[in-house]
Amino acid sequence: MTIAASAVTGGVDLAPMEPQDLPGAVEAVIAGGGRMQMAYGWYPQPGRLELRYLASRGAGLPFTAWRCMPTGPVPSVALVSPLMGWYEREIADLCGQDFTGHPERRPLVLHAGATASLPPLDPAYPPSTPLAFQPTASLMPEVESPDVQRLPFGPVRADVVESAELIFLYVGEHILHLHPQLFFKHRGMEKRFEGRSPTHAAVLAERVSGVGSVAHALAFCQAVEAAAGCEVPARARMLRVVLAELERLYNHLHYLGHLAHTTTLKVGEAEGKRLEEQAKQINGRLTGSRFLRGLLTPGGLRRNVEIGSWLGEALDRLAGETAVYARMLENTNSHLDRLMTTGRLSRQVAFDQGATGPVERASGLDRDLRRDHPYAAYAEVPLAVAVREAGDAHARAQVRMAEIEASFAILRHCLGAMPGGPVRAECSPPAGSEGLGWTESPRGTLYYAVHVGGDGRIARVKIKSPSFSNWRVFPFTVHDSNMMDYAINEASFGLTVAGCDR
Amino acid sequence: MPVWTLFGLRKGRATTPWPARGQADGQEGVLGMPRFAPDLCGEGCAECAAACPTRAITVRAGQSGADRLAVDYGRCVVCQLCVEACPDGAAAASHDWAYGVCDRADLLNDGGACTTKGEERPSRRGFRRSLHIRHVDAGSCNGCESELQALNNPFYNLHRLGVFFTPSPRFADLLLVTGPVTYAMREPLLRTYEAMPEPRWVMAAGTCAVSGGVAEGGYAAGHGLEGVLPVDLWLPGCPPNPAALIEALLMFLDRMPQRVEGGRLVR
Repeated sequence: MTIAASAVTGGVDLAPMEPQDLPGAVEAVIAGGGRMQMAYGWYPQPGRLELRYLASRGAGLPFTAWRCMPTGPVPSVALVSPLMGWYEREIADLCGQDFTGHPERRPLVLHAGATASLPPLDPAYPPSTPLAFQPTASLMPEVESPDVQRLPFGPVRADVVESAELIFLYVGEHILHLHPQLFFKHRGMEKRFEGRSPTHAAVLAERVSGVGSVAHALAFCQAVEAAAGCEVPARARMLRVVLAELERLYNHLHYLGHLAHTTTLKVGEAEGKRLEEQAKQINGRLTGSRFLRGLLTPGGLRRNVEIGSWLGEALDRLAGETAVYARMLENTNSHLDRLMTTGRLSRQVAFDQGATGPVERASGLDRDLRRDHPYAAYAEVPLAVAVREAGDAHARAQVRMAEIEASFAILRHCLGAMPGGPVRAECSPPAGSEGLGWTESPRGTLYYAVHVGGDGRIARVKIKSPSFSNWRVFPFTVHDSNMMDYAINEASFGLTVAGCDR
Repeated sequence: MPVWTLFGLRKGRATTPWPARGQADGQEGVLGMPRFAPDLCGEGCAECAAACPTRAITVRAGQSGADRLAVDYGRCVVCQLCVEACPDGAAAASHDWAYGVCDRADLLNDGGACTTKGEERPSRRGFRRSLHIRHVDAGSCNGCESELQALNNPFYNLHRLGVFFTPSPRFADLLLVTGPVTYAMREPLLRTYEAMPEPRWVMAAGTCAVSGGVAEGGYAAGHGLEGVLPVDLWLPGCPPNPAALIEALLMFLDRMPQRVEGGRLVR
């Protein structure tokens, strides 16, 4: 059985799977050079849970999906593929499914002390009923030595940052253990899609992770288009690439400015944020939104985008200034000293724990959905994928600098090769259909699995955001490191909390 | 280091003279809240209300003219779907983003005459040239944070206006809240407010903080700040751009006029 997926890529192979066969099947995927991508639960009917597992077998090959109908506890696959641990915990929290042999059997998405009458994702969960919540302390490792200090930092932290609590166990400068307590910002966004029309749902997808508006809305639209078997017009596909690369630009420029902030390179910080502002102003002028919102819709774009000659000139100017900026950063010893060897992530840990995007590419894993499973017009544009081996903060910054350069090259190509014609095709997914959409967001792989209900409205959306993957990986680079390097290391990962928490 | 100093000097001044002088607010082309002309509405048409994902628009059956439409801009996420759905040109895209108001009722355009204008409010004397803000993210999508962070980039350079972000609520005059107030952020938010010295004020920044936005309700997201904290300054927008944030803050400090009354841009 094959379910629909975005064109070009060969789609998704869906197969049934008995719960007891899961660990063996996951082992076989990894042995065959593949990698698990995500798992989620959904309810074809109230009270009847179905589990889905997604794996990639390699570039150019269809994704493998398994459907699994649990009748009791399901064997955990977290010991075979550690990155799956978080997905299972999420399913346990939101769908009430129990997993046997799970190495970390405790809540993840719902905070300790939150209780629900029914699993929140069950369609029978009473609408607009908040969880009962009695805040309780989060579970931490036992500490016996009186020398070890415990520092809870957050959820309200210094500066204008997203809410998350970081709990450190440390001796002097030396960090023994970091426990990021996330999901303070969990809004239940996936549930908010239920019962929405695809048009409204695209507006929601733009607001899951604000600085990933395009990546999220595009993955969602592609999932719906896959379900509907809809062919997006050529001009819309190329304009989608333009929007996605403009999003990458302002995100990566912000990243460089923020990284310079953590190494206390003041002018470097100011210049990075000035360039980010220029990129956002270009976005605003081009689309009416500094976050490139209000354009993507299932079937193409809501309206045409006029590519004026000003755009190429503005991008050339920005590209020139950015190149000088990147060169200066790469020649500043004080900056590089703080980045090199900081927060080293080995290739093996990156693979096992599910690192994605620039983080995994900085640790030697050569993966990029734009090239490996092309969508929109990515099969038609020149695309250089940057990979580094060092796995430290410097490598992560270098990958992003190379990606900025690559984005400018893609944009230049698109502006020169922009086809004419319509930007929107009819797209209405049939009742009971489903589709998978994916994008390589500025932070890494992003999946939207969309199930359409009997009324043609959205029945379930699962969002696999890159920050959900990378937040899991991040603490592995903090253990046994220095307090002084912490902020630099965190900045070098370029995490968002909203995307992770949803 | 001298290389960077020289580099910075050679770049010259990056900061806009706006709002003191000039028009360069940096928002060329940026869309704001849609404008409505209910007189143009077709008989029995309610397309805009059906198109709105956040129920910001109400069409009153049996009414005509200005009384027909009620728009709550505190619920608007600036998605422009109503503008695209309107067959009669009664809804139009605009660049009206300066929607900061002191009274929640001023975000409501229900056709009636404006009733709240010029209301007496406590003076901000003593804070007009020096305001310290503590920001709390109560479950935003990070769009609002992105624009708040932009306030300190060289283009807007918020410091020049005497407005500062402070890490400690103990030093803060204004609590700036983003996000719909999730179940898990409610307690930390209230504790931050409790830690602030008086006089203290609260700003709801972004449509989520005003009314819950697209995330409103459900098992985990809240409905914004209403009923959670006393709000002194409302600024819808999804997200409000940096110039809208600056205008709202300066309006709050009596340094700029309030541009919106009764849900309409009046100046």
